[in-house]
Amino acid sequence: MTAARYTEFPNVGEKSRALEEKLKKIWVSKPGFYGFIASVDHKEIGIRYIVTAFAFLIVGGVEALIMRMQLAGPNQNIVSPEAYAQLFSMHGITMIFLYALPVLSGFSNYLFPLVLGTRDMAFPRLNAFSYWVYLAAGIFMYVSFLLGSAPNDGWFNYVPYADRTFNPGPNIDFYALGMILLGISTTAGAANFVVTFFRMRAPGMSINRIPILVWGTVTVSAGNLLAVPAVSLAFFLLWMDRQFGTHFYDAASGGKPLLWQHLFWLFAHPWVYIIVLPAMGMVSDGLPIFCRRPLVGYTLVVLGTITTMVLGFGVWVHHMFATGLPYMAMSFFSGASFIITVPSAVAVFAWIATIWDGRPIITTAFLYFASFIAMFVIGGVSGVMTAAVPADLQFHDTYFVVAHIHYVLIGINLFGVLGALYVWFPKMSGRLLDEYLGKVSFWVVFFGFNLAFLPMHWTGLRGMPRRIYTYPDGVGWTGLNQTTTAGAFLLAFGLALVLTNVLRSIRKGEPAGDNPWDGPTLEWATSSPPPPYNFAVIPVVASRHPLWEERLCEGTGRTSIDRGPQLDSGREALATTAIDAHPDLILKMPADDPWPFFVTIALAIGFIGLLLQAWWLAALSVIATLAGTIVWLWPRRDLAQIAEKQHV
Amino acid sequence: MKPLARATGGSVSTLLIMITSAAAGDTPMSYLESAGARAAPVTPLIWGLIYLSAAVVIVITLLVIVGSLKRRTTDAWLPGQRSDVERGGSGVLRWVYSGLIATTITLAAFVAWTMSTLAAIRSPDQAEQFTVHVVGHQWWWEVRYIGSSPSQSFTTANEIRIPSGRPIRLRLSSADVIHSFWVPALSGKTDLIPGRTNETWLEANRTGDFRGQCAEFCGQQHALMALRVVSLPGDEFAKWWAQQLKPAPGDTGASETVRNGRELFVAKCGICHTVRGTLAGGKIGPDLSHLMSRETLAANTIPNTRAGLSAWISAPQQIKPKNKMPNVELSSEELHAIRTFLYTLQ
Repeated sequence: MTAARYTEFPNVGEKSRALEEKLKKIWVSKPGFYGFIASVDHKEIGIRYIVTAFAFLIVGGVEALIMRMQLAGPNQNIVSPEAYAQLFSMHGITMIFLYALPVLSGFSNYLFPLVLGTRDMAFPRLNAFSYWVYLAAGIFMYVSFLLGSAPNDGWFNYVPYADRTFNPGPNIDFYALGMILLGISTTAGAANFVVTFFRMRAPGMSINRIPILVWGTVTVSAGNLLAVPAVSLAFFLLWMDRQFGTHFYDAASGGKPLLWQHLFWLFAHPWVYIIVLPAMGMVSDGLPIFCRRPLVGYTLVVLGTITTMVLGFGVWVHHMFATGLPYMAMSFFSGASFIITVPSAVAVFAWIATIWDGRPIITTAFLYFASFIAMFVIGGVSGVMTAAVPADLQFHDTYFVVAHIHYVLIGINLFGVLGALYVWFPKMSGRLLDEYLGKVSFWVVFFGFNLAFLPMHWTGLRGMPRRIYTYPDGVGWTGLNQTTTAGAFLLAFGLALVLTNVLRSIRKGEPAGDNPWDGPTLEWATSSPPPPYNFAVIPVVASRHPLWEERLCEGTGRTSIDRGPQLDSGREALATTAIDAHPDLILKMPADDPWPFFVTIALAIGFIGLLLQAWWLAALSVIATLAGTIVWLWPRRDLAQIAEKQHV
Repeated sequence: MKPLARATGGSVSTLLIMITSAAAGDTPMSYLESAGARAAPVTPLIWGLIYLSAAVVIVITLLVIVGSLKRRTTDAWLPGQRSDVERGGSGVLRWVYSGLIATTITLAAFVAWTMSTLAAIRSPDQAEQFTVHVVGHQWWWEVRYIGSSPSQSFTTANEIRIPSGRPIRLRLSSADVIHSFWVPALSGKTDLIPGRTNETWLEANRTGDFRGQCAEFCGQQHALMALRVVSLPGDEFAKWWAQQLKPAPGDTGASETVRNGRELFVAKCGICHTVRGTLAGGKIGPDLSHLMSRETLAANTIPNTRAGLSAWISAPQQIKPKNKMPNVELSSEELHAIRTFLYTLQ
């Protein structure tokens, strides 16, 4: 994105066939392999994020099923203790880092420019870069699995077991370097969302008219910019300890094992909110479509979202109550962990009020969203239970906490994502998902999930510690574990049905039309799937629900969908002001560009060099990465980065 | 706890009790029933939280289900069809406000309950009798009883005996990675962290045998790192302590097998294990001075019977793969001699 200041307002005109043809030529990505690696289209990138994240979900799910077979009875030996440690570590890493946020980034990438009424993200090439780096980091961490040296210290990777003394293989190096690489992707993506939010909205979409899913993602993106450095630093210090014998965490030489826990949870607790708030945002926008009324309490929900994120930075110590902290510190963090319930609960009451004051239409998406509310509450109250320090000293590190995190991750992330899939798949593909198969698969997923994870709370109350590869007979855990295993397979079957539905509907689904759900926001004002330029003319927005405003008698004046700035001299988008969304600048947008891909390759090679301690390779990569970045950022005339020659 | 359960009644609590309170013998790791002063005040708090959570979940779920069914439109949904949109009644925000007020008040009450419970478990009512220093190892527990003088102190492993009704001080540290000390019936968790010493306390309000287990992932055999706390009447406990102070019986009067066994033990096992009164003084594995006074082996993994002991000595890597005790080549005569010697360590 580069800004060019023009003295005149751009052409304002009607949507027309000729304009559409012209824009299509300007915006369409090249076909073939080159187009594949060079595309910077946010829709393409968004779908890639979603597909990749779902692929990781499947892999992580298979890991879980192997573990569930191992735990289906006492004293079983289906996998070795080391294999089990690698399985639960990779399962956590995969679901938390490679599925949960990327899938939400995928939806946000796809939807941001569409719901904001613009043509692309603020930094399209950076967007492509953040996807490629995510993919590289995912592959990097999974190579370890193929070598039999996957991370084996759980996703929170406590030292000193993660130190070289106790863990001499490359296992933890894969994790440490992979997370630093992934952090680059997350940071780039987060910066892009924040700038897009502030500057790329359609004219008239003032700060109180922005859809909640945008608020959710931008809030967690701001959170990411603050949280990711902590974990990148933590893993960098760990890598230094392991490779160069520094003593950041090494108690024998005066280092502090607890430093790791502070740095890790300072990141990882906010991360829990980071992987649920955008999903809550999608529910806040999706549910009202099927309740046929706007969301109750828009402002409160937005403020609740932001407050939750802010407070989310002040509760990390509740993961460390058993480490022997002073009682005063524990009371403070316990209190903070109780208080965070209040802003998170705002959305729940708003959703319920929306249902009760609306006219619900029970579609598959509605079923996911409505059950999301109940799952949210189960995951929420078990979270509140762990805020009570004395009780947490019992819950901590038992299956109670495992049940809790699965209600959070599946209940509050996956259920929201699946609901969102039913809502926005028609927009992405132009075809509807099958509703009958949708409902059947919903009930299988719902019962499978609850059968697996509701009894798991009792497994925890009966004292089964997490991360044990086996357990003895006669401690009261067998029956509950068998139930969970059965539920896990049922859940997997349900998800296979969802996948079947997607694969079938891509080819054979009913055509969706522009606005199959009669939704209120701008993405429904363009075709399904949208053209490469999203909107032939930039819409001018007059209310929070542009497509419902007539029926709601909302706002003054009417949103203009068919007439607006045409921006057809090259790839152009409109920048607006941060609060009021007044038109401000015309942005020259970059076209297909392979350099984000090449820079990612150079960067990934550097990480391989660091892993292999091939310093020459790492040095080469630094040079290649810098050179690639220079080519990428070299000023271009078509981006108005070179001053026009003055007319003499 | 029980009075609260009875008072609440109703189908919910019946269901909860049915699921949760199987006989205590069947669920030795359950923390829904307590047997010690550091766990007792916590149990009602846990139950309180469970009832609160169940109530909230049921109310919200009912609101969602009833709202969805009661208010639903029965017309079939046709894709792309334009349908009515309602602006919504005024005053629906009351839902949100009343919800928030109810949430805040309930939470405030539970914060107060939490803080008072936290204060209650901070220290015991009476002074602690003595200190036990527990050192975590991959994957067993070293247990040092600190007596009034070094001659009154001794070291054992994996089983902690305490006098019933008397608080004892626990000092917790680690020799390698982070472990977590946890005996659910008696107390919540406290971590054993390299480079620092944590202190807590333990008290059983009745005699009995309480199971515990390492609660922080500590490597491959984290799963088989359990322990037992045995609470004894005061006089029995004193007798046990006195017995533990004694060194191993001498050669006088011992059979040839025992003498052979002792020699073999010193040669083959003494580098890792200590048996006081012999030349075996290793510090890597558990102190075996009074091995036969313990009921289990390998951190509460197998029973300390003749068969269990033989199996463990001859093939520890099969029973607990990757544990730090290697499979030692022993002929059946050697195994027999060592086992016979160990049998004298009462």
